[in-house]
Amino acid sequence: MTDIRFSPGSSIDGFRLESRIHAGGMATIWRVTKERVSIPMAMKIPRLKDGDDSSFVVCFEVEQMILPRLSGPHVPRFVAAGDFSEQPYLVMEHIPGKSLESLISESQFNPHEVASVGLRIAKALHDIHRQHVIHLDVTPDNVMFRASGEAVLVDYGLSRHEQLPDLMAEEFSLPMGTAPYIAPEQVLGVRSDPRSDIFSLGVILYQMITGELPFDDPKSMAGLKRRLYLAPVPPRAMNKKCPKWLQEIILTCLEVDPRNRYGSGAQLALALENPSQVVLTSRSDLENPDSLMTKLKRWISFSRSGPIANRSVSRHLDSVLIIMAAVDVSPGMETLSDAIRLAVKRIYQGERNARITCVAIRKTPLVGIDLGLDDEGNNMYVQYLSALKHWAQLMELPSDRISFHVLESPDPAAALVHYARANHVEHIVIGARGSSKLRRFLGSVSSHVVAEAPCSVTVVRLHETWDASGQGSGYSSHG
Amino acid sequence: MKTAFFADIHANREALEACLRHAEKLQIDRYAFLGDLIGYGADPSWAIDTVMDYHSRGAIVLLGNHDEAVLSRPEMSMHDDARYVVSWTRSQLSTAQMNFLKELPLVFDKYEMFMTHANVFKPQGWEYVTNVIDAKKSFSATFDRFIFCGHLHEPVLYHQGATGKVVQFIPVAGVDIPMGITRRWLAVIGSVGQPRDINPAACYAIYDSSRNTLTYFRVPYDIATASKKIADAGLPVWLGDRLERGV
Repeated sequence: MTDIRFSPGSSIDGFRLESRIHAGGMATIWRVTKERVSIPMAMKIPRLKDGDDSSFVVCFEVEQMILPRLSGPHVPRFVAAGDFSEQPYLVMEHIPGKSLESLISESQFNPHEVASVGLRIAKALHDIHRQHVIHLDVTPDNVMFRASGEAVLVDYGLSRHEQLPDLMAEEFSLPMGTAPYIAPEQVLGVRSDPRSDIFSLGVILYQMITGELPFDDPKSMAGLKRRLYLAPVPPRAMNKKCPKWLQEIILTCLEVDPRNRYGSGAQLALALENPSQVVLTSRSDLENPDSLMTKLKRWISFSRSGPIANRSVSRHLDSVLIIMAAVDVSPGMETLSDAIRLAVKRIYQGERNARITCVAIRKTPLVGIDLGLDDEGNNMYVQYLSALKHWAQLMELPSDRISFHVLESPDPAAALVHYARANHVEHIVIGARGSSKLRRFLGSVSSHVVAEAPCSVTVVRLHETWDASGQGSGYSSHG
Repeated sequence: MKTAFFADIHANREALEACLRHAEKLQIDRYAFLGDLIGYGADPSWAIDTVMDYHSRGAIVLLGNHDEAVLSRPEMSMHDDARYVVSWTRSQLSTAQMNFLKELPLVFDKYEMFMTHANVFKPQGWEYVTNVIDAKKSFSATFDRFIFCGHLHEPVLYHQGATGKVVQFIPVAGVDIPMGITRRWLAVIGSVGQPRDINPAACYAIYDSSRNTLTYFRVPYDIATASKKIADAGLPVWLGDRLERGV
C-alpha cells in the first residue's frame, strides 16, 4: 500500500519530493529538491512496515552512520539525515546516469575497457579504505560514474567503518552481501578486511571480460563456500581474447587468501594502468579449469588452513603503501642515485608489502620541438628507461613489487607531484643536489616537490665534507 | 548534556589530574566516578578528597571492590599484593574519608542509564564483564538503554539490537560513536589509574546526550612520578612498573 505522505509534491523536512527514482525491496529513492540547494539530490526512505526483517533497519542505520563520514569524488555527498525516532531518511547527492550493471548487460568489453573501468573502481576503493570504510557489497549495481569519469561507490548499507561498531554483526543472518560477489572471508563472517572489496572487484572484471560469473550465483551456504576451495575457470578458457596480463590481475584479485591478493586498491590500480609491467606467473598460463585432482588438493588445503589474520584497515594500508623513488639518471648523478636507492631500501625493509614505483624525468623543452632523440638519433625514452631499470637492479626486489616510468615534461616537479597524486603514492624519495645560488633563488625540483606533494617526502642529500676553513669542499656518499 | 565517566582511579593522582584537566576543556555538565577510587596507587587520600569535592558539587560516585575492601576485611580472592595495599591505604585515610566511602552506593539507576562498578546482574559479586555472554547477562538485568561500568581496566563497548544478539567493539580513542536509539549499549570504561590494555595512557569517556555520542579518550600523564611515588611509599614496586607497560 502506498504511503500517502510519499507522493510527488509532498515535503519532508523542507525537501520536496519530485519523482520516484527507484522502489526497491529495502528502500524507496526519490529525487528531491530544496530551496537554495543547487546540487541534484536523492532521498532514501527505508521501508519499515511491521514484520519486516530487522536487518532492513540496521542497513539503513549503517548507511546513515557511515555516509556522513565519507567525502571525496568517489562517494555521493551526504546532505541530511532524518531523525530515526520520527521519519528516517537519508538525503545525498544524486548521481545521474546508469550503474555499471546496466552497462554490463548492454555491451561487450575489450580488455582495455575492462582495465579502464577496473582502474577507476580500484581508485574509488582505495579512497574509501583510506577513510576507514570497507564497502563489502561491491557489485555492478553499486558502481556509478560521474560525467568526469570517476567511479562512485553507492549504497553503504552493508559497509563497515573500522572505527565504529559493526551494527550488522547484530544480525543472525550472516553472511551478508550479494552472493556472486562476496569474498571467501565474507562467507566466513569476516567483515574487517579491505581486501574483500578487491576480491569483489575481481569478480566484476571477470564478469566483464568473460560474460560469466566466476562463482555463479549460489543460493545455499554450501554453494557460497565453494569459492573457499574451488578456483574459477580461468578467464582465458572462456574468452581467448583475454590477454595474459588481465588474467593475471583478475586471478590475483580472486585469490582465496587475502594476503595473496593486491594489498590495496592503489596497487591494483597501478597494475591495471601498466599492463606491460604486470609480472606474469603461472596464473596467467592457466587455460583450462582445474582437474579433479587439483580440486581435491585445494579442498584439503583449505580444510587444513588456519584462520585468516584480521588487521585493522588503516594499519593494513600503512604496510602496503606505494613508495615513489624519483631518480635522476643523467650521467654524473650516480652517487646521489646510489644514496636514493639506499634510502628507499631502508623504507622498504620496514614495509613488507610495499611497492616501489621508480620514476625518471626527461625534461623536455618548454618551447621548440622535442624529437625525443639524442645526438646519435637514439630514442631517449628507451635510454632513460634502461638506466632506471639498471639503477633498480641493485635493490634486489621481487619484480612484482617494482615498476618503472619515464615521465617527459618541461616541469619535472609538477610532473612528479601529479604522478604521485594520480597513483596514491604515500611516500616520495627524491634527491637534492648540492645548493647553488641559482637553485636557492629559483627553488630546486626537490623543494617544489616538498611544497606540493600529497604525501611524505624524504629528501636525500649527500653529506658535505668540510675542509679546515669550515667551507664545504666536496661530497661523500655516506648519505 | 555531557557526562564524563572516570573508573578505576586507584589512587593515581597524576593520571586523574591529567584526565580532569582534559575534561575541563570540554565543558562537562556532570561527573561520574565508577568506583575503585583507591587501591594500588600512592595517593589515596588526595584521590578521595578530590572526588569528595566533585561529589559535593553533584557528581555521582559509586563503590568499587577495592573501596569496599578498605572498609572491611579484604576479600580472600584478592592476591597478596592487593591485600597489602589495602591495609596500607587504610592507614592513609582519615575517619571522614572512610565515612565517605561507607556511604557510597553500589549503583546509579536513572534517566535510562545504569551505572555500576563491575556488572549489572550482581553488582556486589564484582564479576567482570569480559565477553558478550557477561554483557548479555547485564543487559537482561535492567531495562535501561545505557549501562556504564568499569572494573575491567580496558575500554570495551557492547551493543545489543532487536535480535538480542550482543556484539563487542573495541573503541578507538577520540572517535565519536553514535549511540543508535534502536539498540542498547554497555560501555566498559577503561581505567584512569591502571590501564590494562597495553596502552599506558589514562582512559576515560564522555557521553554527550545532545548529540547522542560516546567518546573514549586516552590521556598521557606523568607515569614516572606516579610509579616513583608507589616505590617511595613502600608499596610493591611492580605496581609502578605495570603502569609503564599498561598491564
